[in-house]
Amino acid sequence: MINYIWVGMTLIGVIFAMVNGTMDAVNEALFKGAKEAVTLCFGLMSILVFWLGLMKIAQDSGLLDKLSALFRPFIRLLFPEIPANHPAMGYILSNMMANFFGLGNAATPLGIKAMEQLKILNGGKDSASRSMITFLAINTSSITLVPTTVIAIRMTYDSASPTDIVFPTIIATAISAVGAILIDRYFHRKRVRNGRR
Amino acid sequence: MYWMTVISIWMIPFLICSILLYGTYKKIPTYETFVEGGKEGIQMSFSIIPYLVGMLVAISVFRASGALEFFVQFLRPLLELLHVPAEIVPLAIIRPISGTAALGMTSDLISVYGPDSFIGRLAATIQGSTDTTFYVLTVYFGAVGIKKMGDALKVGLLADLVGLVAAIVVVTLVFGVK
Repeated sequence: MINYIWVGMTLIGVIFAMVNGTMDAVNEALFKGAKEAVTLCFGLMSILVFWLGLMKIAQDSGLLDKLSALFRPFIRLLFPEIPANHPAMGYILSNMMANFFGLGNAATPLGIKAMEQLKILNGGKDSASRSMITFLAINTSSITLVPTTVIAIRMTYDSASPTDIVFPTIIATAISAVGAILIDRYFHRKRVRNGRR
Repeated sequence: MYWMTVISIWMIPFLICSILLYGTYKKIPTYETFVEGGKEGIQMSFSIIPYLVGMLVAISVFRASGALEFFVQFLRPLLELLHVPAEIVPLAIIRPISGTAALGMTSDLISVYGPDSFIGRLAATIQGSTDTTFYVLTVYFGAVGIKKMGDALKVGLLADLVGLVAAIVVVTLVFGVK
């Protein structure tokens, strides 16, 4: 899908330029776009290095584990099908903590481990279980404490206060997470109703 | 809504102090650990370069040719009634599909309209508050061989819509329309 979007945008752009007579602007945009991308990545590097360095301290000192223990009772409510002390719960919690602190690279392998455990719980079937859907619903709503990438972009373009969107982002992401949980519950109830009929 | 901005600005320094204090209390070699973790950041930002170059070139061509404006003008009359800038629609559509395309569009919007404009802030909030639903589903379900996804895609996309509306409302409330 992404291949079509990518090629489509470029082709439609060039065809449009033929009709519109904006070929000059397109030529300029080609090279400006490439240059801007590299500039952005360097802006991103400053923040990523700092943030990942700091998060390594949080990880090694056990702060993340401590926080995930704090969240455990709440997460248990969301996954009633997972038995207490099952390894799936540990992986789900670690994955959420990693996402929460913007450690996307660390979050993905933990999430896959969680899915493996959930599949075992579901008897190894190739269809998604209730817990899997809940887990992915929460994952796609992406609860992040500090949106590092966005801050870096705003910094690169000389924002007066690059971090002033942090709290609005947290509120928006929290609402979408709650929305995800409610929508997930709704579909679960619907499945149960239809199953009984 | 000024207090929200205050929290935004105080939160990160506060977080940094807590992490450093806890690391020191647990007798972690804080500086060495920081450097160790930071190395991963260098690798990550270099690996993003080709993705972002590809996407930003395509988006820049699409905008410079006038094609983007052509599509956006059809949406404008309807969305203006809801006080939603039509410029944000392409980002909202692409966000669940491709992470790097969305990142490219966000930075394009921020560079064209300015980081402190309404559109710039809205783009930043949308980018930060939702994830690439299709990617997450493909990776997680694909890795463990789940073929029947059930309601997962529906739930994910509906949640994205909730997040989008939330971002628009919150940014309007906190920063005003202009």
